[in-house]
Amino acid sequence: MANLKNTEKKTKSQAMGMHTEVLTGRTQQKFFNPDEAENFYYFGTYDVDFNKRTDLDVKDMTAAEANKKIDNLMSEGYGTIVIKNPQGKHSLGVGILNKLNLIFEGSLGYFGMGSCDGPIVRINGRVGWSCAENLMAGKVVIEKNAGSCFGAAIRGGDLICKGSVGARTGIDMKGGTIIIGGDAGAFTGFMMQRGRIIILGDVGINLGDSMYDGTIFVGGEIGSYGSDAVDAELTKSDQDWLKRKLKVAEIGENFDVSKMKKIVAGKKLWNYDNLEPTEKKGAI
Amino acid sequence: MCGIAGLIHRGKSSKVGHELQGMLQALKHRGEDSTGYALYGDTEGKNFIMRVKVGENVGEGSSSIAEDVSVYDERKKIVESYLSEMGAKIVKDERILPYSLRYEIEYDKKDLLEFSQKIESIPGVEILSMGKSLEVIKDLGNAKMVCDRYNLDKVIGTHAIGHARMATESGVDIKSAHPFWGYPFSDVSVVHNGQLTNYWNNRRALENKGMRFMSECDSELIAVYIAEKMRDGASLEEGMKDSLTGLDGVFTYFVATKDSLGMAKDTMAAKPLVLYESDDLVAMGSEEIAIRSILPQEIDTYDPFDGEVKVWQI
Repeated sequence: MANLKNTEKKTKSQAMGMHTEVLTGRTQQKFFNPDEAENFYYFGTYDVDFNKRTDLDVKDMTAAEANKKIDNLMSEGYGTIVIKNPQGKHSLGVGILNKLNLIFEGSLGYFGMGSCDGPIVRINGRVGWSCAENLMAGKVVIEKNAGSCFGAAIRGGDLICKGSVGARTGIDMKGGTIIIGGDAGAFTGFMMQRGRIIILGDVGINLGDSMYDGTIFVGGEIGSYGSDAVDAELTKSDQDWLKRKLKVAEIGENFDVSKMKKIVAGKKLWNYDNLEPTEKKGAI
Repeated sequence: MCGIAGLIHRGKSSKVGHELQGMLQALKHRGEDSTGYALYGDTEGKNFIMRVKVGENVGEGSSSIAEDVSVYDERKKIVESYLSEMGAKIVKDERILPYSLRYEIEYDKKDLLEFSQKIESIPGVEILSMGKSLEVIKDLGNAKMVCDRYNLDKVIGTHAIGHARMATESGVDIKSAHPFWGYPFSDVSVVHNGQLTNYWNNRRALENKGMRFMSECDSELIAVYIAEKMRDGASLEEGMKDSLTGLDGVFTYFVATKDSLGMAKDTMAAKPLVLYESDDLVAMGSEEIAIRSILPQEIDTYDPFDGEVKVWQI
């Protein structure tokens, strides 16, 4: 066993099996190397034509059958797929790592559009818990309300709910943008690490609790601030970005962004920089 | 995990047994150790309906000890003699299963505490519900199985709440199954999804105030907690609002009375609930698919926020 008394501070932790790992300048630089652009395309993705459109009625299908059918249609080159009668089924549209224009004519249950990278999705209904969890890139628009854990752990992309959302929106998010047209519940931005959340309405208690980094913009009333969440100055640059984002999101285009509150992390974690993975990806 | 569902028709009656069966069956993946229904029937409200169990279902998966049916027969006789002693006249009696009894009785006293204590002084006997509208039916198995077993499909009523249970905190038996009757209040029932972390502290305090617990299921605390508040003069809504701070843990629960249905969600909103509300119908469940089972068309639903309490009247 290592003699802990006589070892230096840095090696002591290593002797105990705990390593301090410096991420900056290593993982991300390699991952986003433009010379490795082919790595951004997943094995098994399809070359689809957005003008090639079809309908898919999933009324009598299980979620697995519906998702498999979507995959089959993409393999046939369909770039626009309209899903009929989703009827609140869980786990629809998960794991799409492809460019695709996907439209749901109805509401989804839990975990809809989870773990996706790339599709443009419009849901003409409501979504249940954990919509678009782990979204990497793309755009998901919900025309009505959303349940709790909306956009949990997303890494990138735009996630837009035109109605209100439940608790823990953007929990553990690591990038991307979440835009809420209505109100948001308790613990919004809980443990968020990067990315931005925009809420045009009111927000519940413990906003931004234990957030590491990232930014939350609120247009209405705030129930209470969570631990580590503090106010910050809303800059001209912030306002320009908000206007642009709301316009692109087709939501609150005429909203007076100058009166929004900006909330950031009061403490900064060691080893965190401000550049989001999506911004790096978009730059190449 | 457990799933809960409820609905209330405003201004009309409907086949609530059939509707709730569909909603709970859609949630069976959340648990099918037991399923329970609290149905508010379309009665004239003259007589009390008492649902009693004189034993447990000891079928596959049950954590109960098997008893001879003759023991149930003996308990049934004592129940009926006690009813007679207390001046309750049996208008109609049914024995749906060896351990499950239903009585329609004429009883003119309003205080059900003494009545209930007397009946439940018989070892192995529990009143599942007592009311002029309410009937609690609960047993092992999923919603379809329980519905078929008790012939609930044709029950007409105004509102109902139900529960699909995955047993985590207590045994797989009828006494731990939901809904719980809000003993000793006529026509009060509760279903709960979640976990209460100050169960024992609250239970000790409530037992010292004379309240009764029949199981070790934490959810029963909600029924007893609200019943105690109502005993002290609080309205249903006041009792529910009080529970948001008095109960610790994660929960979404429904309470129903003869003419109302309420929901409450804890301050962390840790348990799911989807709600549909229109002028003539309110339907809610742990997942939207429960509501879809009775409203397949496109509808607007929402999640109630943290710490929210709502009550609807028929």
